[in-house]
Amino acid sequence: MKVNLLEIKNLKKSFGTLEVIKGISLNVEEGKVVSIIGPSGSGKSTLLRCATLLETIDSGELIYLGEHATTDIDGKASYAHKAQLKRIQSYFGLVFQNFNLFPHFSVIKNVIDALITVQKKPKDEAMEIGRGLLKKVGLADKEDAYPYQLSGGQQQRVSIARALALNPKILFFDEPTSALDPELTGEILNVIKELAAEKMTMVIVTHEMSFARDVSDHIIFMDNGVIVEEGSPSKVINNPENERTKAFLSRFES
Amino acid sequence: MTWSVMIFKLSEGMLESVKIFTLTLLFSLPLGLFVAFGRMSKNLLLRNFVRLYISIMRGTPLILQLMVIYFGPFYIFNITLSSGYRFYAVIIGFVINYAAYFAEIYRGGIESMPVGQYEAAKVLGYSKAQTFIRIILPQVIKRILPSITNEVITLIKDTALAFAISYAEMFTVAKAIAAAQTNMTAFIIAGIFYYVFNLIVDFIMGWIEKKLSYYR
Ligand SMILES: Nc1ncnc2c1ncn2[C@@H]1O[C@H](COP(=O)(O)OP(=O)(O)OP(=O)(O)O)[C@@H](O)[C@H]1O
Ligand SMILES: [Mg+2]
Repeated sequence: MKVNLLEIKNLKKSFGTLEVIKGISLNVEEGKVVSIIGPSGSGKSTLLRCATLLETIDSGELIYLGEHATTDIDGKASYAHKAQLKRIQSYFGLVFQNFNLFPHFSVIKNVIDALITVQKKPKDEAMEIGRGLLKKVGLADKEDAYPYQLSGGQQQRVSIARALALNPKILFFDEPTSALDPELTGEILNVIKELAAEKMTMVIVTHEMSFARDVSDHIIFMDNGVIVEEGSPSKVINNPENERTKAFLSRFES
Repeated sequence: MTWSVMIFKLSEGMLESVKIFTLTLLFSLPLGLFVAFGRMSKNLLLRNFVRLYISIMRGTPLILQLMVIYFGPFYIFNITLSSGYRFYAVIIGFVINYAAYFAEIYRGGIESMPVGQYEAAKVLGYSKAQTFIRIILPQVIKRILPSITNEVITLIKDTALAFAISYAEMFTVAKAIAAAQTNMTAFIIAGIFYYVFNLIVDFIMGWIEKKLSYYR
């Protein structure tokens, strides 16, 4: 059975007079991994920020599990009321390019604070969840460290654990390895691959083409605010049809 | 006047100085935070009003502000207040003056916070108030602590300005004793008192700074 966790319909977003997202529609089915690739400035981050409610969209619809975050009324997006947005917020998590860990919290506190503060879980229950997740990302021994004491790769793994703690139905990544030294990207990609194997639904913006090909069920190539080409990895990455996709991918020959 | 009487009188004055110092911090530190919110408000009227208030507080001498607050009710509104008002005038004057300085420090600290901290908190579902109290404010306090320490040290010395409206803090007392004895002894002892006060405050602020150095 196909369940759409996320439906985006004809999303448009401008900054001032600059139209950055020019009508994008996509569906993310439960258990699938969707990767978004495309040149710098094509609007990948903006799309993710719109989907995660960090930016206000101009028109179009954002629907999570059938619940409307926005409804299109005469070509203008109208947002749902606060309580509903709060609930929708809990359906997704976001992993940032530069981690955005809370520097004044220890590693474990970074992971469990929202569980306690937002979801009102009892502390011991939250600790149990947090420790399990740190173990999963290979940082069980770093529980009491502070973010500044960790490598970039370790910080990013903490931030993935932090996002997972709230048990999201869909997890977004915006270039999760771009801020890392090349030798540290592998550890992050492995964690994501592991999540994919567990059927975690994910939307990943990435410049790692071979990773995208390996992990994704669906690839979206974006350029200039529109989806130029999409489909299975073998189709989009191995046999692109569009000239712009070909030109973009030729820069990643491996 | 014997030494012990002089020391006793100066200590009484010192107690008043410490009282001004403590009450000023107690009220102006939280008030400054609300002033900073007003200064950053989206409401244009409120923002400009607060901006004017801050610029007056920082642009005119504190000693003059104390005079206006103390004598204002009589000269402007012809209200005669009891002698107890002197103390309130001192505290009001110091609090609203220091709140303005603290507000600008808070604002600088809040505006220096990377937007990613707010965004991470928002995606995790923190409310605006939770984000500010749990995520933003603790980091802001660490960032602004050196500037706060500067103001606090200045405040110790500024308490002497209460002499302008004859409030019997240490400097006022020292001045009276020195005039009566026609020598400098009282001033020198007062100076030592202020200096020791300073050292203690400096030690406490250093201790707080160290407490907050567990992260970067
Ligand atoms: N807050 C903003 N205000 C104004 N313009 C913005 C803002 N955010 C993004 N833009 C513009 O929107 C366009 C798309 O930016 P976006 O960050 O979404 O691209 P991207 O595909 O993620 O690029 P990259 O691969 O470099 O991360 C760019 O031209 C950018 O300058
Ligand atoms: Mg980007």
